[in-house]
Amino acid sequence: MNDTVISAKNLSLTFETNDGPVHALKDINLDIAKGEFVSFIGPSGCGKTTFLRCMADLETPTGGEITVNGVTPREARKSRAYGYVFQAAGLYPWRTIGGNIRLPLEIMGYSKEDQAKRVQQVLELVELDGFDRKFPWQLSGGMQQRASIARALAFDADILLMDEPFGALDEIVRDHLNEQLLALWARTEKTIGFVTHSIPEAVYLSTKIVVMSPRPGRIADVIDSTLPKERPLEIRDTPEFIEIAHRVRDGLREGHADG
Amino acid sequence: MIWIVFVLVFWIAAWRVNIILTAQKPNRFNAFAVPALFGITLLLLWEGIVRGFGISPVLLPPPSAIAVTFSQNLPLLWEDFFQTFVKGALSGYIIGCGAAFLVAVAVDRSPFLQRGLLPVGNFVAALPIIGLAPIMVMWFGFDWQSKAAVVVAMVFFPVLVNTVQGLQASDAMQRDLMRTYAASYPQALMKLRLPAAMPFIFNGLKIATTLALIGAIVAEFFGSPIKGMGFRISTEVGRLALDMVWAEIAVAAIAGSAFYGLVALLEKGVTFWHPSQRG
Repeated sequence: MNDTVISAKNLSLTFETNDGPVHALKDINLDIAKGEFVSFIGPSGCGKTTFLRCMADLETPTGGEITVNGVTPREARKSRAYGYVFQAAGLYPWRTIGGNIRLPLEIMGYSKEDQAKRVQQVLELVELDGFDRKFPWQLSGGMQQRASIARALAFDADILLMDEPFGALDEIVRDHLNEQLLALWARTEKTIGFVTHSIPEAVYLSTKIVVMSPRPGRIADVIDSTLPKERPLEIRDTPEFIEIAHRVRDGLREGHADG
Repeated sequence: MIWIVFVLVFWIAAWRVNIILTAQKPNRFNAFAVPALFGITLLLLWEGIVRGFGISPVLLPPPSAIAVTFSQNLPLLWEDFFQTFVKGALSGYIIGCGAAFLVAVAVDRSPFLQRGLLPVGNFVAALPIIGLAPIMVMWFGFDWQSKAAVVVAMVFFPVLVNTVQGLQASDAMQRDLMRTYAASYPQALMKLRLPAAMPFIFNGLKIATTLALIGAIVAEFFGSPIKGMGFRISTEVGRLALDMVWAEIAVAAIAGSAFYGLVALLEKGVTFWHPSQRG
């Protein structure tokens, strides 16, 4: 039994631009095991989003190898192996909240009864039940982002890829959504890849923190969290939490110094 | 003289009333009353000046005379309307807009067509309608078919360009989302690209309503059976029956506004989600 879900070997991606090649990713090696919560943290331009998009087959690497569920990202995408949450909610304004969550289910050919059941289920999961008839523009930013997470959870994908999903939200909403996300992860046992700018967010959520640095985009440090799976918000004041945050900060600074 | 004094007094009084009405909080009544009063004043001003200064009805008939002609010639006006608007403009509008839509979807799919067809379309759109109409009459005969052909040529390009532009309007993230679902081309088209294109498509359809009516009327100047709005306008001008010409213009104005309003209403229903439509 092999429980590696995502595996990257010497993964590189170079964008050819008018100002010469840009090394977005260079020699990335990383294994993500089933059920892990992995955060990618680093300054802008370190390739964390690009790495996530490679897993999702939204970018094509120019070197090295990457497998998702043991197959190429393209095959994984075709078999609908992952749900993806973007930086902005990106809900379709002509569809209701319920309609937006139903969108992937319609495309993937779920039956009508199954669609209705699943929409109800995930709406409860993100605490939006009763809002399925509302349109996205009638909801706050935080609620929209929760709806977009519900949309990614509606179908049976074991992997959830999230690209700075809470980046545009204020801290109070963010704390609340972080708590909900952890509860959700515990309940669904999905493997989660999570891109963020925030050190506390990365430490609070993750079982593994991947610190990345720019020019060229590479992994500076991989930190396995020693925090327990059960994490109340107050855990952020414990010495253990601060210790890990410290190591992340060191990793970020180092990456910057020789970058 | 009495007419001119009466009109001036009425004008000032209506002005005063409108100032009072617009100072009030907007409601259903004054949203209707203000433009209505404005229109009535304009008509009365016209009537009074024509009568007061004794202007020849060949130059400008008074609105009352136009109204009388209008009501006395209802069957004739209806026949002209049916010939020009329903047969010529409407059928041309439906064929032209439908064809433009289908071509736009094809153009959007094929970069070859996009580079080849759009410049040619641009060229065709630049052809003057006045030059095109006699040729269409030669090709398709005197009846409504040639008028519909002119309308097709007129409405095709604005709808094509707007639809092509609209199909590219969905943003990168929305398209990436479809990709993560491994959606097929028809699925992405039906569930994302077309809905996102609707505000653009309706923009083209609204422009096309006015073009269709102009095209159908003008095309009749170059040959038509002995009915139709364009035919009537050109022959009645020759007979100096300007009240009949104005009656036809009134029909055209009413039909054109109603047509535009209908498409705008449809737009409101379809693109209710767009920021410009959310009230």
